[in-house]
Amino acid sequence: MAVDVDHSVVKSADHGTMLEYSTEDGALKILGFWFFLAQDMILFACLFATYLILHNRTAGGPSAMQLFDVPGFAAETFILLTSSFTYGIATFQMRNNRLKSMLIWMGITVLLGLSFVSLELKEFITYVLQGATISRSAFLSAFFTLVGTHGLHVTLGIFWMISVMIQLVKRGLTPVTARKAFIVGLYWHFLDVIWVFIFTVVYLTGVMK
Amino acid sequence: MTDKDQTIVTAGGHGRFPWSHVIGYIFSLVLTLVALLMVINHVASGGMLLFVILLLATIQIFIQLFFFMHITEKHGPAYHIITLAVALFFTFAIIAGSLWIMTFTQLSS
Repeated sequence: MAVDVDHSVVKSADHGTMLEYSTEDGALKILGFWFFLAQDMILFACLFATYLILHNRTAGGPSAMQLFDVPGFAAETFILLTSSFTYGIATFQMRNNRLKSMLIWMGITVLLGLSFVSLELKEFITYVLQGATISRSAFLSAFFTLVGTHGLHVTLGIFWMISVMIQLVKRGLTPVTARKAFIVGLYWHFLDVIWVFIFTVVYLTGVMK
Repeated sequence: MTDKDQTIVTAGGHGRFPWSHVIGYIFSLVLTLVALLMVINHVASGGMLLFVILLLATIQIFIQLFFFMHITEKHGPAYHIITLAVALFFTFAIIAGSLWIMTFTQLSS
């Protein structure tokens, strides 16, 4: 299907039409990305279901209560919440046609994402050094699979965001780069939602009682 | 593009200061802190506490959707909302169904 990319709509930030929606192609790809998020949600639903069933099957190994460290997972949570906010600001700046400021906020988001991933890696390494490896018990298999899958998503998101930043620097704000930046944002906010549930269902219930 | 395609509802899209983002951020921080403090201080018994923190997490979904993900913006019919609703239903079915069916393991062992 031929897609009509009309660059004459570009100046639109002041006119109410947003760049990322300004072409049929862009609008369809944003809709398509919502479909992707819906199916990614089902992937996480399966991993959550597995975790909920297995979280007490520790096979004599360490339990959630013994492993989880409140300041550690709280820090991860607040970092990710903040990064979702900073990317929101990046989108806001994009819609006000302020490329430089947008790139700065995206950069802050990348840094927050990197600190989240490094904290998570540090957490995993601490567990493994205590003998809590993925093969130790059903609880740990489910834990590392669920939290690790989220961590991989975040890692991918960081690389994706950097590549969109490079395109923005090279090409400026066009309907195509704006659409890409908006979609990375949707992905990033989605990962924050998933983390809120990991925080609640895995970590908070793990340290309850 | 038809005229209909141009009707995109803006949610915190334009302006000098991103108020809606700041409000969304404050909400998400407060909800997270409340959940964390409630668990640390054992303010309620297990079942009740679990219900409340799950409720707080669910509110956070809507905060992300409305304040950051601009869910109200659409280009033609709101297919993305229908899809999300279907996915939420599947999520519920997978999790609740799995937990329910596993309650029968005591009977078989």
